[in-house]
Amino acid sequence: MTGFMSLFRRLEGPQTVGRGPAFWSLFALVLAVALAYPQFSDGYTVGNTVYFFVWVFIALSLCLIWGYGGSLSFGQTAFFGIAGYGYGILTINFGSAYGFTLIALVAAVAIAALFAVLLGYFMFFGRIAGVFLGIVTLAVTLMLERFMAQTAGPEWRIGSARLNGFNGMSAMPPLTIPWPGEPIVLFADVGLYYLVLGLLVFVYLGLRILMNSSFGNVIVAIRENPERAEMLGYDVRKYQLITFVIGAALAGLSGVLYTAWGQYITPSSMGMTAAALPLIWVAVGGRSDLTSTVVGTLVVLAGFQALTIYGSQYALVFMGVLLVLTVLIAPNGLVLGVMNWLGRLTARFTRKAP
Amino acid sequence: MSLLELRKLNKHFGGLHVTNAVDLTLEAGEIHCLIGPNGAGKSTLFRLILGEHHPGSGDILFAGENITRMKSFARIHRGLSVKFQVPGVFKGLSVRQNLEIALQSRHGGVELEMEIDRLLAFLGLESEQAQTAGNLSHGQKQWLEIGMAISLKPRLLLLDEPTAGMSPEETHLTGEMVQRLNADGMTVLAIEHDMAFVRQVAHRVTVLHLGQVFAQGSIDQIVADERVAAIYLGQAHA
Ligand SMILES: Nc1ncnc2c1ncn2[C@@H]1O[C@H](COP(=O)(O)OP(=O)(O)OP(=O)(O)O)[C@@H](O)[C@H]1O
Ligand SMILES: [Mg+2]
Repeated sequence: MTGFMSLFRRLEGPQTVGRGPAFWSLFALVLAVALAYPQFSDGYTVGNTVYFFVWVFIALSLCLIWGYGGSLSFGQTAFFGIAGYGYGILTINFGSAYGFTLIALVAAVAIAALFAVLLGYFMFFGRIAGVFLGIVTLAVTLMLERFMAQTAGPEWRIGSARLNGFNGMSAMPPLTIPWPGEPIVLFADVGLYYLVLGLLVFVYLGLRILMNSSFGNVIVAIRENPERAEMLGYDVRKYQLITFVIGAALAGLSGVLYTAWGQYITPSSMGMTAAALPLIWVAVGGRSDLTSTVVGTLVVLAGFQALTIYGSQYALVFMGVLLVLTVLIAPNGLVLGVMNWLGRLTARFTRKAP
Repeated sequence: MSLLELRKLNKHFGGLHVTNAVDLTLEAGEIHCLIGPNGAGKSTLFRLILGEHHPGSGDILFAGENITRMKSFARIHRGLSVKFQVPGVFKGLSVRQNLEIALQSRHGGVELEMEIDRLLAFLGLESEQAQTAGNLSHGQKQWLEIGMAISLKPRLLLLDEPTAGMSPEETHLTGEMVQRLNADGMTVLAIEHDMAFVRQVAHRVTVLHLGQVFAQGSIDQIVADERVAAIYLGQAHA
């Protein structure tokens, strides 16, 4: 019971913006709106919202590794792709009966995490850091894209799943919950919406607790000064590896949900553009804060989609401009800047109130 | 029993022989000062003891155990702790969080908060606790890092120029603090250029010159040594 209470206390802390009744009331309000929203909308729009939510997990993974941990990784899209393809291969082979799609979800995320253990071990225990970490992870991502792109031939198959080269895999079953009578198939509308929303809230709160725990303290300490962290007795490489693996699992979760949502996955989901976009969402939002990352990602994604109506090339250019503006105006993130400003404002207001 | 024993430690940086067959023995319970001209290899010797650099040859024994190939964090677990020459605090975090990170592996819950408060009071940083560590004055950063180093309750505390940038009063206070820690059983190895500090605290002094142990003895013996005066003290007083 006391352990449970102390978990609750970790929802707030120096590593996360937002505290006190005002913040949590707002959180409850946003959650209530999110829960009620599908009742007032149509299936297509709800499905589109799910698409936005799906990307938040990969953004959070980057927030964790880069914003909190200080290691810039271009590898998140690789984990996204590995888990996405993993889900496709597993479900095309074994189908969706007996809740297998849910097992495939977990297994695909685990495969991405396992890959991160190998890659991370090589990088962190080989003391690859800074720019070189970015280069290695980017190389891995692009290599995977190239590899998958050349799997067009019929010999590239795993069981009954054809990899299909540049065209990618499709027609894998959506997530399906076994149910007496008839299984519930989570097509890309209301059903999937509630599952993904639930996962999002769970992951967001879980990461808040993690980052405000002693583990989170060590992670930011390593970002600030790895030498000092080591000299306080922390095995820096171990902490970096664990963070990297958690991040890979989150990116993998994005990949699985994306694949289940659209029932397709292509190598371009691991390409240069795919690797760059999450960096922009997270940088614009505020990489060193979870809430800023979530809000920033959703706002930028929605803006991006609105712009693609006028042509996706303009939207991409706009993303670049946005990134440059962020770096110039609010290097720690636009959303984070606004939230800190609001925080100071409410602090002044509440101090004057009595 | 000797707590730390360096045996014929050699370290090269390219063609530079930074430590040359250094032998040094620290007895448990002593305050030992390491002095020597700039570039003598003092800080490098610390990094060898801590495992940040690895010696080309030679051995490092801590409490009888050979730690020459051990990882840094494991040496810290054995009872080593350090304050570096350039203060290495967590600049972007609050003073309080800096101490929390240092203390959290030994304490938890309410006890942790109390330990942090105690240490803040000990360091005289109570009113700065919410400040970002990067905004502290140089002297305050030194104190904060010393605080983090001693919070591990090490058996051997390594201090690299703990009083650099401090006023004579602050230097004296730091000396008293070192003596108090020593009275509680902590062995101390301090690199210092400030001879007043060395005179205040040192039980024994080792002079390092061009990577070699040049002289060793009490502070009076060292000051009386004309060879030392020629290479170092004369220069320091000039
Ligand atoms: N990482 C390194 N690579 C190359 N040379 C180094 C390195 N670290 C130190 N040196 C050189 O080794 C020599 C000894 O340096 P060290 O920092 O140990 O001296 P020091 O006795 O601590 O001097 P000071 O009193 O100025 O702090 C210097 O000539 C320095 O330039
Ligand atoms: Mg030095």
